[in-house]
Amino acid sequence: MPDLITSDGNIRQDNWAVVPRPADGDSLDIPDQPSLIPADLWLAGKEHFENRDDIGVWLDSHEEPEILAGVVNELPVIAVNFPKFSDGRGYSTARLLRERLNYRNELRAVGDVLLDQLQFMKRCGFDTYVLRADKDINKAARCLNFFTQGYQAATDTDVPLFRRRAS
Amino acid sequence: MYVYDEHDRQMAAERVAQFRDQTERALAGELREDEFLPLRLQNGLYVQRLAPMLRIAVPYGMLRSAQLRRLARITRDYDKGYAHFTTRQNVQLNWPAIEDVPDILAELAEVEMHANQTSGNCIRNTTTDQFSGVQADEITDPRPYCEIIRQWSTFHPEFAFLPRKFKVAVNASEHTDRAAIQVHDIGLQMVHNDQGELGFRVHVGGGLGRTPMVGPVIREFLPELDLLTYLEAVLRVYNRYGRRDNKFKARIKILVKALTPEGFAAKVEEEWSHIKDSPTRLTAEAINQFKGYFTEPDYQQVPDVTDSLATQRFENREFDQWISHNVDDHKKPGYTIVTLTMKKTGTPPGDVSDRQLEQIADLADHYSFGEVRVTHQQNVVLADVRKDKLFELWQAITPMGFATANLNTLTDVICCPGGDYCALANAKSIPVAEAIQRQFDDLDFLYDIGNIDLNISGCMNACGHHHVGNIGVLGVDKKGQEFYQISLGGSSHHDAAIGKILGPSFARDDMPEVIQKIINVYVDHRTEEEPFLDTYRRIGIEPFKERVYA
Repeated sequence: MPDLITSDGNIRQDNWAVVPRPADGDSLDIPDQPSLIPADLWLAGKEHFENRDDIGVWLDSHEEPEILAGVVNELPVIAVNFPKFSDGRGYSTARLLRERLNYRNELRAVGDVLLDQLQFMKRCGFDTYVLRADKDINKAARCLNFFTQGYQAATDTDVPLFRRRAS
Repeated sequence: MYVYDEHDRQMAAERVAQFRDQTERALAGELREDEFLPLRLQNGLYVQRLAPMLRIAVPYGMLRSAQLRRLARITRDYDKGYAHFTTRQNVQLNWPAIEDVPDILAELAEVEMHANQTSGNCIRNTTTDQFSGVQADEITDPRPYCEIIRQWSTFHPEFAFLPRKFKVAVNASEHTDRAAIQVHDIGLQMVHNDQGELGFRVHVGGGLGRTPMVGPVIREFLPELDLLTYLEAVLRVYNRYGRRDNKFKARIKILVKALTPEGFAAKVEEEWSHIKDSPTRLTAEAINQFKGYFTEPDYQQVPDVTDSLATQRFENREFDQWISHNVDDHKKPGYTIVTLTMKKTGTPPGDVSDRQLEQIADLADHYSFGEVRVTHQQNVVLADVRKDKLFELWQAITPMGFATANLNTLTDVICCPGGDYCALANAKSIPVAEAIQRQFDDLDFLYDIGNIDLNISGCMNACGHHHVGNIGVLGVDKKGQEFYQISLGGSSHHDAAIGKILGPSFARDDMPEVIQKIINVYVDHRTEEEPFLDTYRRIGIEPFKERVYA
C-alpha cells in the first residue's frame, strides 16, 4: 500500500484499499483490510456496514456527493477519485462534502494525484493524498506550501482577503 | 489604478518561486509534457510554431508608464525587441526561451505584473471598456469590480481545472459596449434597478470559436454585493456539469444551450441559494476600498473650447481628421480621450517595438497622468489628455506612427498573430490585413464608408474575433493551401450578432478585391449616413453574394 501525504506535508503509512467497481453481474469483493468501496454500493448495502470503522467509500469524478447527504459522518474515510489530474470536478466535490454536507472525517484524494495539484486539494478540504506512484513523495511538503495565503475563502478559510484587509 | 499591497506582493513572489520550481522539474524530466502543459499555460507560456510565446496579463487593460518601460526592457533582454497587444487587452512576447521565463516573471513581479491565468482551462483575465472612468455615459467605473474579480479568480483552488477556458468581461456604459461582453463566457452589464440600486445584468454562454453564440441573460439584476457568490455558483455548475469528453463542446455555452438558458439559470440559482450569504459575499466597505484605487486624477481647470484649437483644426486638415476619428469626448470639460492607433500599414496590427513602448510610456507621463489602457482592438488609449495639448501631442505621435487616423474604420483591423507565429493557425492573418490596408489607403474613402469592424482570425479559435466583425475573415486550410472564408453582419456591441458565412472561401491574393466588392455593394445600396451593418441588415446577404461570386 502506498504512503499517504497529509495536509501538513507529513508522510504516513497507510493500509486502506480502494476497491474498484465490480463488473456488471459480479459481486463486490472486499479484501481483508480497511477498504474504500464505491459510494453507491455502500449506500445500497448500508445496513451491512453499520458501525464498521474499516469501511469507507470513494466517489468518482462524475458522481454527485449529494447522494451521501445526511450520512457522510457515518463514514471514517471518503475518497474522491481523479481519473485524470486535469479533471477538476473533484475540487467541487470536496468543497460540497465539507461545506454543504458538513463532512468532518478524513477526505482523501486518490487516482491521478500529482504534486502541483496538492495545494488546490488542500484548500478544497482534502486532508490526505495518495500521490501517483511515479512522483517523488518527498517533494509534497514543498508543493503544498508555495503559498502562505490565498485571495478567496474556500474550505480552509472562511475569511477571504478582502475581509482580512478590511479588519 | 490598482496598487499592490503586501498581500499581493507576497503572492506574486510566491507564484514566481513556484513556477521556477515547476520549470526546473519540467526541464529535468520530472514532469511529463502533458503534466507541465496546464502549469505553463496557466502562466501564459505556449510552445509555438517557431519559439515559445509568453502572454503577459494586463488586468482590464490598465498599464502604468513604469510597467511599459519594464516591458520594453524585457523585450530587449529576453526577446527580439518587440511585443504584441492582443485582442484580450494583454501583451505577448513571441520569442522568449523557456528557461528564461521564471526570470521574466520575476522582473514583471517587480512592477506588479504577472502572467497568471492568461491561458489554460481556468478563469482568464477580466476585460472591460477602455474608456472606463472617463466617459460621460457610464453607470459607474467598472474597474474596481474587475479588480475584485481578478483577485477572486487568481489561484482559485476550485476552478483551476475547468472543462475549458473561461472569460469574463464587464461593461458599464449605457449606450456602447466596447468590451464585447455578449461574446464572453460571462458578460456583466452594470445597471441600476428600479430602486436605483447598483448591480449587474448577467449574460452567460456567449463566445466565439467553433460554435459562436451571443450570451443569453440568465439574471436581469444581480446586486453588486452578490457578485462573487453568484460567479462562484456559475463556475461551480460549469465545473461540475460542463462537458469534458469533447474539447470542442466543453465551453460553458454548450452547457447553457443543452440545459436551455432557463434551465441553466435555475441550476445556478439553486447553487447560489446555498452560498449567497457565505463569507465570499462582498461588503460595501470592501467595494469602497477597491474604489479608492480608481479615484479621479488631479484634473486641472482647462478651457473646454478654445480659439486656438479651432484654428489648428481649420489650418491643418490631417490634425482635424485625427481629432474627428481618434479623439473621443471626456466626462471632464477641457479633457479628451486619445487613442494611439497601432495599425500603421506594413506593421502587424498590435505589434510595438521596445522603443515604441518607451515612447508610449513617455507620452503617458507627459500627457495622461502616467497611465494607458490597452484596447481589445489592439490600440492604446491615453485617457486623460488636456484639449490644449492635443496639437502638441499629435505632432509628437505622428512620426512615431501612432497617429494613423483610421480608428474604427475598415483598416483598423483586429487581427490575431496567425500562421506567422501561432502553432494553432490554419493560415496567415497578418499579410491579409496588410493587403487589405493597402487596398484601402485613401483616408477620405475610408471616412466616407464610415465605421466598419474588419476582424481576421487565422483559425477557428477566433482570437481575431472574426465572428463579430461586420466583415469577418477566417483562415482555413484546404489540402495544405491557405484559404479565407468571409462572414458578414457580425457585431460585438450592444446589438451583438454572429456574422453569416458568405460562401466558398478565397485564395489570399484575391482577398483585397473581394473586400473591395463587398464595400462596393454597400456603397451602391446605402442610404444617406447608413452604416455598413445597417445596410447589410436591411438588404441581407444576397446582393453581396451575387457581386462577389459573379
